[in-house]
Amino acid sequence: MKPIRITTAHQSITFSRRMLLLGGAQAAVGGLLIGRLGWLAIAQNEKYQLLSESNRVQLIPVPPRRGWIIDRYGKPIAINKASFRVDLIPQQMDKGRDIIPEVASLLQLEPDDVDRIRRELAASRGFQPVSVADNVPYEQYASITVRLPELPGIAASQGFTRFYPGGSTVGQLVGYVGPASVEEYEKENKNPLLLIPGVKIGKEGLEKTMEQTLRGEPGGQRVEVTARGKIVKELDPKPDRSGGTVQLTIDSDLHQYAARRIGDQSGSVVVMDVETGDILAMPSMPSFDPNNFSDGISQAEWKMLSEDDHLPLVDKVMESLYPSGSTIKPSMALAFLKQGIDPKRRVTCTGSYPYGNHVFHCDKAHGSLDMHDAIKHSCDIFFYDTGLRANPELTSDMVNYMGYGEKFDLPAIPSQRYGTMPSPKWLMQKYHQPWHGYDTINMSIGQGYVLINPMQLAVMASRIASGKLIQPRLLKAAARHPVPDLSVDPQDLAFVRDAMTAVVNDGGTAAASKLPIPGVLMAGKTGTAQVHRLGDNERGGHENSNWKLRDHALFIGFAPADKPRYAIGCLIEHGGFGASAAAPIVKDTMTYLFDKQMALTALAQYEQTIGGPPDVRLAQKTAAWRQANGLPPLPPTKQA
Amino acid sequence: MITSAIIPRPLARLPWRLIFMVTGIAMFGLVVLYSAAGGSMEPWAIKQALVFLFFLCVAIGMSWMSEATIKSIAFPLYGITLVMLVGVEGLGFVSKGAQRWLELGPIKLQPSEFMKPAMVLTLARFYELVPAGEIRKPRAVWPALLLLGIPAVLILIQPDLGTCIMVLLCGVTVMFLAGLPLWIFLAPIAAGAAAAPIVYHMMHGYQRKRIDVFINPESDPLGAGYHIAQSKIAIGSGGFWGKGFLHGSQSHLDYLPEGHTDFVFATMAEEWGLVGGVLLILAFAMVIRWGMRVSSNARTRFGQLAAAGLSATIFFYVAINLMMVMGLAPVVGVPLPLVSFGGSAVMTVMLCLGLLMALERQQRTVSSLA
Repeated sequence: MKPIRITTAHQSITFSRRMLLLGGAQAAVGGLLIGRLGWLAIAQNEKYQLLSESNRVQLIPVPPRRGWIIDRYGKPIAINKASFRVDLIPQQMDKGRDIIPEVASLLQLEPDDVDRIRRELAASRGFQPVSVADNVPYEQYASITVRLPELPGIAASQGFTRFYPGGSTVGQLVGYVGPASVEEYEKENKNPLLLIPGVKIGKEGLEKTMEQTLRGEPGGQRVEVTARGKIVKELDPKPDRSGGTVQLTIDSDLHQYAARRIGDQSGSVVVMDVETGDILAMPSMPSFDPNNFSDGISQAEWKMLSEDDHLPLVDKVMESLYPSGSTIKPSMALAFLKQGIDPKRRVTCTGSYPYGNHVFHCDKAHGSLDMHDAIKHSCDIFFYDTGLRANPELTSDMVNYMGYGEKFDLPAIPSQRYGTMPSPKWLMQKYHQPWHGYDTINMSIGQGYVLINPMQLAVMASRIASGKLIQPRLLKAAARHPVPDLSVDPQDLAFVRDAMTAVVNDGGTAAASKLPIPGVLMAGKTGTAQVHRLGDNERGGHENSNWKLRDHALFIGFAPADKPRYAIGCLIEHGGFGASAAAPIVKDTMTYLFDKQMALTALAQYEQTIGGPPDVRLAQKTAAWRQANGLPPLPPTKQA
Repeated sequence: MITSAIIPRPLARLPWRLIFMVTGIAMFGLVVLYSAAGGSMEPWAIKQALVFLFFLCVAIGMSWMSEATIKSIAFPLYGITLVMLVGVEGLGFVSKGAQRWLELGPIKLQPSEFMKPAMVLTLARFYELVPAGEIRKPRAVWPALLLLGIPAVLILIQPDLGTCIMVLLCGVTVMFLAGLPLWIFLAPIAAGAAAAPIVYHMMHGYQRKRIDVFINPESDPLGAGYHIAQSKIAIGSGGFWGKGFLHGSQSHLDYLPEGHTDFVFATMAEEWGLVGGVLLILAFAMVIRWGMRVSSNARTRFGQLAAAGLSATIFFYVAINLMMVMGLAPVVGVPLPLVSFGGSAVMTVMLCLGLLMALERQQRTVSSLA
């Protein structure tokens, strides 16, 4: 280093220079700080104000009231019932004391519920309530409210639960509601509404398909809240918007009547207005009670329902398929007439009909009969023989045109299965097989490949009755399209209606099911569908001691026969003869449409023989099942 | 002697502009603390007021010290403080995760606070003793580095990164003004940049986290980044005029952590806006400028260096704290003097101001005699 002699004067200059530098640096830092302050407070002010507001103001959500489902006359099918609920507000809880066991014993909660509460409590923010129990019976609610001062953090309040006045009779129609599952939450892009305690969404049936209409928008209490979740003050509440009402074409009294009339059997009834296609009733029985489902059913109850061979969890109107049996015959006759077959042509029924190396049977030897009598007496051999003379492709087209194998545009029912109306073309396409004469024989009596659902039964009856290409409607608000006439010769329709009238009123197969109302005749057609291919020694399978192997009983009908207004399709699983199992149900249901009192008297008599109305029987059945499986009886509140 | 001095004439000779300025800052601080407590003098404002008044009296009392006295206590003060720092390691108890306090009966002392003025005085005294011709020689550097390094290390291992940085910056400022060759300052900066990764690895977990969060505050918005994020929200949402006295939601609803201590500036800016913030910064700037002027006007080398160092101490307090709360520096735990609740910072700043007033009085006395 160069030896520079540094003097005090030098030092003083250096000091002054460096002081200037230091002062400048300090001023620069000061400028930087003011600049930064300005940037945050002015340029970014809007962003930070938003963040500050979202810190300060929180929403305690109030679940929206779910929209009602009402029938065509405005009668409630699914409504909201005021109920008591108990919530836990974490920030008000006493940290030193665990009150959950005490509350659980007061409310008789299951260990599963206690686990859930603890889980939700751990995940919640201080002011957000955690649901302890919904739909609490009044006695338990009261026992909580008197102890409220000793239970800090517990909030007892009134809320709403879904209530279905029709109970199990509407189970398959409306479905049920329940809290959203993790998958449903993910599927809706984590809609925060689904996390609000007490919010339930549709899980099945109309509750599910009409979810977006029924749901509504949540409101809530806006509160100013501290970082620790303590509410400081309440701000203006945000109003909620109730869900929309869904009006159905269903007549809920008729629907319940038909459901009860099915009784302890497994089956369904579909009632339609033949002019508009409005579905007036479509019960599927037995069913589950959606009231219980909406509270969350127990594993045991679910097990009981899913093990039941009467399939209470399946909608037998749209989700089950059956051979149509002889209910196909009126449409067959229309097909034959259209192809120019003379209705006066006679066929002699000897009870058996050899074809190729197989012998086909009729249920008895009807002797010589024409088309009218063949429908009236449901002679199979007439239809075998005539069917073989007709073009199976054209025959199949006509039956399909009348509704069998048709998929209906019912937006409320996405899970419909629509079966098959076979034809030579279809068989080649689907199974790469040529059509044979025995395929025609099977098709002509609604067996073989023919598979239909009960909705199609009612639609077919409606189309024959009205002569119009009726489409079923379930939502009252759905657009009404003008209904075109069937492209069928009205004379042919008149012929078939006449034959169907004879089935009920002129000594035909359903002679026992004449309407008891003077001046009102019902026309109809019975059907008995084989479930099981019988050996020769087993003929008459409808009386089989094994219920599962018995024939299905079917009936289609409309009334009044001369000026039709209503059509009904009915199917009773393994019911035996259509004439004895299905036709009486249709008769009573049809009677209800014309004379309620008379029909109700008949129902009361019938229900006495089977042990009461469906809800009573379901409760008895549940109790018996629980006892048989070694489970304690349900608490009294859950039985109703 | 003091009693005879307290007569209107000496009173009139006090640096009233400074006293008004400092009292103004402190009063504003009390207003902010009153609001931070939800509109109450308890528990902070009243205590802070008493502490401030006490130390204001101490500072005014100190202003009658002669430069010679200050000079003579520089080395002993340093020595005692160093001994106490060592004592903290052995006797101190853990507070806030750091061994910062020395408990002597009922009195709790934080020796690292005394170290800031002590360091300035000692280095000023040291460089006064170094002859002008020796200033560029190693013997002008290494004793200073030792004087600076030993307490800095002791404070760092407490661990108190904020105070350690403060002490280092104050010491380095005095060395810089003493006229040491520039490379001595530039070389460590270059070396520091190179060694930063190693230092980073040697840091305590919480210190390292603060640096991570400073570099990327969004990495941990609910954890360590929460302080900075909430502080920026408070300052940013205040806008130009602020949300109004007692209307700061961030501080009143506890979203802003440490809203009465290290982050008190955010509490203030939320309620008083850009206007309050700029006024406070300007007030501090004037106090510091007053101190720097004392340094410029000093006739002795000790006076120059000590006054500049003491002013720099106040400057670093304010600058580091404000950069920290506005997200320009990592959170290192430096309070805003006279505004943040807590006696230590008030004590240190008032000691510095007391010494500055003493030096300033000296100048006037000398000039009046001359």
